[in-house]
Amino acid sequence: MAFQGALEIHRQIQEGKITAVSVLKQSLQAIAQQDLDIGAFLSVHGETALAEAAAVDAKVSAGETLPLLAGVPIAIKDNINVTGMPTTCASNILTGYISPYNATVIEKIKTAGLPIVGKTNLDEFAMGSSTENSALKVTRNPWNHHCVPGGSSGGSAAAVAGAMVPLSLGSDTGGSVRQPASLCGLVGMKPTYGLVSRYGLVAFGSSLDQISPFAGDVADAAALLQLIAGFDPLDSTTLKTETPDYLTTLEQLPSNLRIGVIQELNGEGMQPEVAENFAQMIELCQKQLGASIQTISMSGIQPAIAAYYIVATAEASSNLARFDGVRYGQRKKTTGDVHAMYRKTRAEGFGPEVTRRIMLGTFCLSSGYYDAYYGKAQRARALLRKQFQEAYGQVDLLICPTSPTTAFKIGEKASDPLSMYLSDIATIPVNLAGIPAISIPSGFDKSGLPMGLQILGPRLSENKIFQVARAIEQVTGYHHLLPPALAQTVAQ
Amino acid sequence: MTAVLSQTQYETVVGLEVHVQLKTASKLFCACANHFGDKPNQNTCPVCLALPGVLPVLNEQALNFAVRLGLALNCQIASRSKFDRKQYFYPDLPKAYQISQFDQPVCENGYLMLSNGKKVRILRAHMEEDAGKLVHSGADGLAGSDYSLVDLNRAGTPLVEIVSLPDISSGEEAQEYMTQIRNIVRYLDVCDGNLEEGSMRCDANVSIRPVGQIELGVKTEVKNMNSFKAVRRAVESEVERQIQLVESGQRVVQESRLWNDATGTTITMRSKEEAHDYRYFPEPDLRPLTLDPAWVESIRKELPQLPAQRLEKLTKTFGLSEYDAGILVEFKELGDFFEATAAICQNYKAITNWLMGDITAALKTEKWTLDQTKLTPQALAELINLVDATTISNAIAKKLLPELISAGGSPEALVKEKGMAQVSDEAAIRAMIQPILDANPQQLTDYRAGKDKLFGFFVGQVMKASQGAVNPEMLNQILKAMLAGP
Repeated sequence: MAFQGALEIHRQIQEGKITAVSVLKQSLQAIAQQDLDIGAFLSVHGETALAEAAAVDAKVSAGETLPLLAGVPIAIKDNINVTGMPTTCASNILTGYISPYNATVIEKIKTAGLPIVGKTNLDEFAMGSSTENSALKVTRNPWNHHCVPGGSSGGSAAAVAGAMVPLSLGSDTGGSVRQPASLCGLVGMKPTYGLVSRYGLVAFGSSLDQISPFAGDVADAAALLQLIAGFDPLDSTTLKTETPDYLTTLEQLPSNLRIGVIQELNGEGMQPEVAENFAQMIELCQKQLGASIQTISMSGIQPAIAAYYIVATAEASSNLARFDGVRYGQRKKTTGDVHAMYRKTRAEGFGPEVTRRIMLGTFCLSSGYYDAYYGKAQRARALLRKQFQEAYGQVDLLICPTSPTTAFKIGEKASDPLSMYLSDIATIPVNLAGIPAISIPSGFDKSGLPMGLQILGPRLSENKIFQVARAIEQVTGYHHLLPPALAQTVAQ
Repeated sequence: MTAVLSQTQYETVVGLEVHVQLKTASKLFCACANHFGDKPNQNTCPVCLALPGVLPVLNEQALNFAVRLGLALNCQIASRSKFDRKQYFYPDLPKAYQISQFDQPVCENGYLMLSNGKKVRILRAHMEEDAGKLVHSGADGLAGSDYSLVDLNRAGTPLVEIVSLPDISSGEEAQEYMTQIRNIVRYLDVCDGNLEEGSMRCDANVSIRPVGQIELGVKTEVKNMNSFKAVRRAVESEVERQIQLVESGQRVVQESRLWNDATGTTITMRSKEEAHDYRYFPEPDLRPLTLDPAWVESIRKELPQLPAQRLEKLTKTFGLSEYDAGILVEFKELGDFFEATAAICQNYKAITNWLMGDITAALKTEKWTLDQTKLTPQALAELINLVDATTISNAIAKKLLPELISAGGSPEALVKEKGMAQVSDEAAIRAMIQPILDANPQQLTDYRAGKDKLFGFFVGQVMKASQGAVNPEMLNQILKAMLAGP
């Protein structure tokens, strides 16, 4: 049996129709059956998850009202800390590291009673767009095992797309949740910067990172974001906003909806089917949602990739300096001094992409280069922010294809980092501007691989984004579709 | 031929960088206790251990202390400030960057006035976190040690670094500047101000230049001064060394030098510094600070009396000497006690003498601080009034002091209880003297035969018998008459 939506599972657990333990066992069984092929998980924690599920069932038996999503199994990207579990960041440098503390989102998830099934694969330290940069494992796209699931949160995406869990958490620094959601036929929601606490998320680009949910449909994604959002005294960059409620108004569609199409993200460099699909989506918004459509031109989009790879790598070079072999993780022995130990530990502990980004970021922050690179990138970022603000003066939301292509073959772009970087053109501006954006399934290419539509809104417009995404989803019916091979297995 | 001694006169140019450790309850960016002397790594948490995924949260009390300090140093308090990352690898620095302030410090453009009327300008006072501590085995430093242990109890302790302009022109001025800062931080109650224990640290940038030259000479950075005297000596020694170098035709090299208190000289440290690029950039995990001017004003209003204000009050209002006033300013506890006593007793000189004499001596013996004793300003005032009214002698007053210190109480009551009131009645004094004369016929005979020195013997005997309670002037007078014979 395949998973229904997370909210539906939760409802049935609350009503006593199924138990959380049975749901969890089903999840563990699916992992056992499929994950040898898919490779979504780096570690599975059945025992602790069973105890968490049993605790939920006990509450149901005692007649208690469960917190939202209680009993729904969840998978966590392996750069988010969970007490007692490894945090590998898919890197050799953290081999053997067990986290002694919970991220704030994990505290919330545990309090609500979502059993944590396991930790999922990622590009090393979340740096990449295909999960091929994992030092530990290959993750395959459940829709086509020869293809990548996208990245960097490829494991979390594959875990949900492969029907092993109904929900998962990823982290999105430049598209690391929205792009794999698009490539795996899922909903992925990157919230406004500061809406979700980063405490316990291993930092990549501190001013860009946001923990973000994956789900099979918009309502489930909204429910999970609602659960993890909110001000956190442990994260000074969180916003002091009220705990949101997206579900109550989810089915309402804003009237007189104005949707903008970003000119710079429509056409050039796109797979023809993606372009066609996007044209259909524009038509859908016009005809089915009654939206007015206008084209918006933003000159800040083009420099965004360059600015992003300066800001993100500069911050990363600093954030990853703590992996020095002194206090935890792998320390490489040398006969030299402490600096020789640092060099060997870091040279052998980090993979090539992480090394490349640390070096790039270190260079950008170097004395004499700071203004030319980091300073200029910050100016480009400020310009982009301003242009988004201006755009939202004219339209309510912006749309574009999430990814210029569908899932590519494993190994196809691995040796060409620049072409890999360019595949994030549509997602990166969102992180630079700190605004929210969702990716929802929008159709399939000729070979049956999913495509995604990205909907962008102004700061803290999650509610409106979810409403429009939900309305589109109801028209297309692309949510909760299973990869054909998996659907067959399930049917048998 | 011997070298001709140069006639060049050199000027000393010194700028000081002073690190002040703030005595907040918790560390700068986490809730760990800001406390020393505990087991290694006891006061640590995921944040100050820099585990993957943690974030800093600014300690508001530390910001408050830094603003207080900035105001006391006559600084402008920034309305907008921010934190930056200063990056370098070292095992005592867990994040491999120190959260500090680069281009927008909390406090800027202050000054301190020295006693010679000179103004030492303060460029900035910024906040930053301290590093941990390394314990080496088999060597003094990391290099050459068999192994080194890391203790991160101190990692994340809040510091304020006060950077002066090179306005200081002697070792003595350097020492006074440091002493003033120490007094200020103690008056503000933001730091222990203890150089010996490292709650205050100081680096001196020292250079020389021929008198009249405007351009600054090459400076060296002298570290490791563990006392106020060492600050003066280190500057003087380094200036001497630089003059000798220049006089002998050599150059001063820009480097860090370590002060050795035992030898009284500075030596070169490993000169790894020159290649450092700290790659400062704004700390993305902390929001920029906005300091509300009204909040800053409220802190200014709540500032306690500062050392300079007390010095002026003690010399001008109470007429104390510069020296006495200086000591009462330096030892804040004594100064506080003085002012409290002076509010109820006008004999300021006596208060000063008691505080700086017998009371200080007693505290030293018992290794107590004033607030650990039972002595109150009321008691001291009463004691002084009793002496001034000749109710008791100074000697009796000194005898009462230990009890007032250890057990407290009122001197008047004690005097009554113990019958220590001074005897000033002539008949009573005669009645005390007579038995002494009777008991010592030989001494009496000798005295009358011209051995004047024995007068002291008789005084001593009477005092002993009366436990010091006799009015000394009257005793002298009456004893002399009685010894002379009927």
